[in-house]
Amino acid sequence: MTGAVRGRTEGVSLALAAAGVGRLAAGSSQVLPAREQMAFTLGFHIILVPFGVAFTFMMLIANYRGLRRHDQHALRLARRWSQVSGVLFAVGAVSGTVLSFELGLLWPRLMGPFGAAYGLPFAVEGLFFFVEAIFVAIYIYGWDRMRPWSHFWTGVPVVLSGVGGTASVVAANGWMNQPAGITVRDGRVVGVQPLRVFFNDAFWYEALHMLLAAYMVAGFVTAGVYAAGMLRGRRDRLHRLGLLIPLTVAAVTTPVQFFVGDVAAREVFQLEPAKFAAIEALPTTGDHVPEVLGGVLVDGEVRYGIDIPSGASLLSGYSPDTRILGLDAIPADVRPADHLVTTVHLAFDVMVGIGTALLALSFWFAVLWWRRREAPENPWFLRATAVSGVLAVLALESGWVVTEVGRQPWTVVGLLLTRDAAAPGGNLWLFFGATVALYAAVGFGTLFVLRLMRRRWQEAERGGDDAEVDDEVPYGPSRARELDRSPGGGA
Amino acid sequence: MSTVAAVVLFAGVLAYAVLGGADYGAGFWDLTAGGAERGRRPRHLVDESLAPVWEANHVWLIFCLVMLWTAFPPAFAAIMTTLYIPLGLAALGIVARGSGFAFRKVFVRTEQQRVAGAAFAASSVLAPFFLGTVAGGIASGRVPTAGLGDPISSWLNPTSLLGGVLAVLVCAFVAAVFLAAEARRRGEDDLETWFRRRAQVTAVVTGVVALTGIAILRADAPRLFDELLTRGLVLVVGSAACGLAALALLRRAAPRQVQGLAVLAVAAVVAGWGVAQYPYLLGTHVSIGDAAAPTATLWALTAVAAAAVLIVVPSMGLLFVLAQRGRLESS
Repeated sequence: MTGAVRGRTEGVSLALAAAGVGRLAAGSSQVLPAREQMAFTLGFHIILVPFGVAFTFMMLIANYRGLRRHDQHALRLARRWSQVSGVLFAVGAVSGTVLSFELGLLWPRLMGPFGAAYGLPFAVEGLFFFVEAIFVAIYIYGWDRMRPWSHFWTGVPVVLSGVGGTASVVAANGWMNQPAGITVRDGRVVGVQPLRVFFNDAFWYEALHMLLAAYMVAGFVTAGVYAAGMLRGRRDRLHRLGLLIPLTVAAVTTPVQFFVGDVAAREVFQLEPAKFAAIEALPTTGDHVPEVLGGVLVDGEVRYGIDIPSGASLLSGYSPDTRILGLDAIPADVRPADHLVTTVHLAFDVMVGIGTALLALSFWFAVLWWRRREAPENPWFLRATAVSGVLAVLALESGWVVTEVGRQPWTVVGLLLTRDAAAPGGNLWLFFGATVALYAAVGFGTLFVLRLMRRRWQEAERGGDDAEVDDEVPYGPSRARELDRSPGGGA
Repeated sequence: MSTVAAVVLFAGVLAYAVLGGADYGAGFWDLTAGGAERGRRPRHLVDESLAPVWEANHVWLIFCLVMLWTAFPPAFAAIMTTLYIPLGLAALGIVARGSGFAFRKVFVRTEQQRVAGAAFAASSVLAPFFLGTVAGGIASGRVPTAGLGDPISSWLNPTSLLGGVLAVLVCAFVAAVFLAAEARRRGEDDLETWFRRRAQVTAVVTGVVALTGIAILRADAPRLFDELLTRGLVLVVGSAACGLAALALLRRAAPRQVQGLAVLAVAAVVAGWGVAQYPYLLGTHVSIGDAAAPTATLWALTAVAAAAVLIVVPSMGLLFVLAQRGRLESS
């Protein structure tokens, strides 16, 4: 089927390209603001995704431990984490909604011709989003008001729907990289095989890779927050648990991710040769291809990089004789510009570099744990953990840069060029400006709110009164008293 | 098959109009509740009754978008390339609203609450207004088949403005009824009166605007007007009757019955629009069949909708039951 699609795609893409040129001449294409806006809003939203998908899993571990071992500290941790995830889920839900609007506002010529196929995975995602939104609310607001174990179980659908939601959205992305299950006539989808669309060739490695990334990011960011607290002298049991639970999840996930990432890279080598050429910044096809670390592509030549002889050939095919297609194998009219190649290449290096550092941190943690069986207090380890969260986010963003920029100039590989997918008229710069301003306020507000919650928790801990602790937080039981304490309540 | 998909899509629109609408309307009352001291208790009730449910209700919007772009992709593209101004503003309003609401719950200082609350409440009025203008633009046939319609007059026109104003009013009405019932359930009599009065005033204003709107539609969208008063007449009259009955029974009947009547009033008027426009998706020039995706896609979407009925509806029922029984609130 894929072969059939490929065969058909070339004619279609030519026709589309021709039509696109005509339209470009007629109107003012909004491809640049559309790309900037998509990159900005997706880059913003993706940071929140791990907290809806994976942070809730850590919250449930704390909850389980608290119930199983009658551990009040673990329960308090779970409760606070549920409050954090409440705020992050809200911001994630609305910033995700903007992405839905943007598919039409920015990319109407993707959605019009291809929505019948590309839209399907999002329909499945809608189901998971429903389940997640419903049970997140029940879980967050159900503390103390449901039987403890019933309450715990209401959190389980949240974690499962996080897995399903991630898989669905990534299925749509995978389809853009490896379109399958469609029959195209006159630039429009006229036949669809839904299962082939969803389970496209890029689905498995992309979905697994993203899911593990979500667990790594949520794990390292959360562990980083508690490591920073421990470095400032807060070494109570809450901080130790708050470090141990997410760090264990992240340390278990990271080696698996290393393996999955390696498989994914080899799949990209096989299935997406253009993207792979950009990743390797490889100007000319050949064997004994060196692995170039860093460097920039200028006039078809990589400068300032460090070569590992035959490294790329060895990693892709386990032999120095492995032949790798270079940028010269891509037809000139759809060959990505040098700066795009450099971006993809460096983003890949950043992702793999950070991944390797996080793998080392995971092993370090395993050794420390194996020797002492308690939360590590080694200051250098804590410092490394404190920055691991930021690094993990950077790796996540870099990974998306690799898959999105690495697909250029295509929006749907072989079928639709990005310049033909963008809105053909209007002025999207204004929309972009308004979005940046609003997102800056929302991003700042989110950090401010999280710091406010942390400060209240710290004050409550210092007071040592457990009952007061949850009074002070947004989704805790007593709002009434808090309102009474405040001078007034609202807009 | 395309009709089935259209019914599913429209069911999503109905659900969002009623459930999402009640949440938007709560923001309207939040906005107009007065100064910090005077508005404290109504805002508290708004906070408490919205918090557990608004995100789940919001997903209906995503459901509608997804259904539209998958089942009727050319219509989606046409709407988006024409009505991008109100849609973009609605999207940003939705971000400001959700974030503002989530942040306000954490703040304790009045000035911080004021900023977050203003973002929540003001955008709760603006977002349904813009979505209403979008509905008006679609209904009055201002979205051309190939899209790229006039970016201004497609939503700044009599039918769109009517749609925007009616959307805000209807949201406010159903929210006031819901909140009055909620106040009664909690035994807060003065708050119940506060919201009941507002429900009554909104009902009268909505009625007046709707009557004026008939004249507007007659001049601006004659076909919609004709169909609304023939095929859609039962629904329009039913909507008015349910709205009046809800008002009359607000003081006496069980809160759930009153809420049911308010829901029916909103659902009937939205359904009236759907029936009046059938079998067209855009104005009277793009039919459901014209814009439909290939059959396999429509089947897959129907399967998704069936799964939603099996999984989402009971879950949502559980959420609402727990919320109604006070299992999901801060006491």
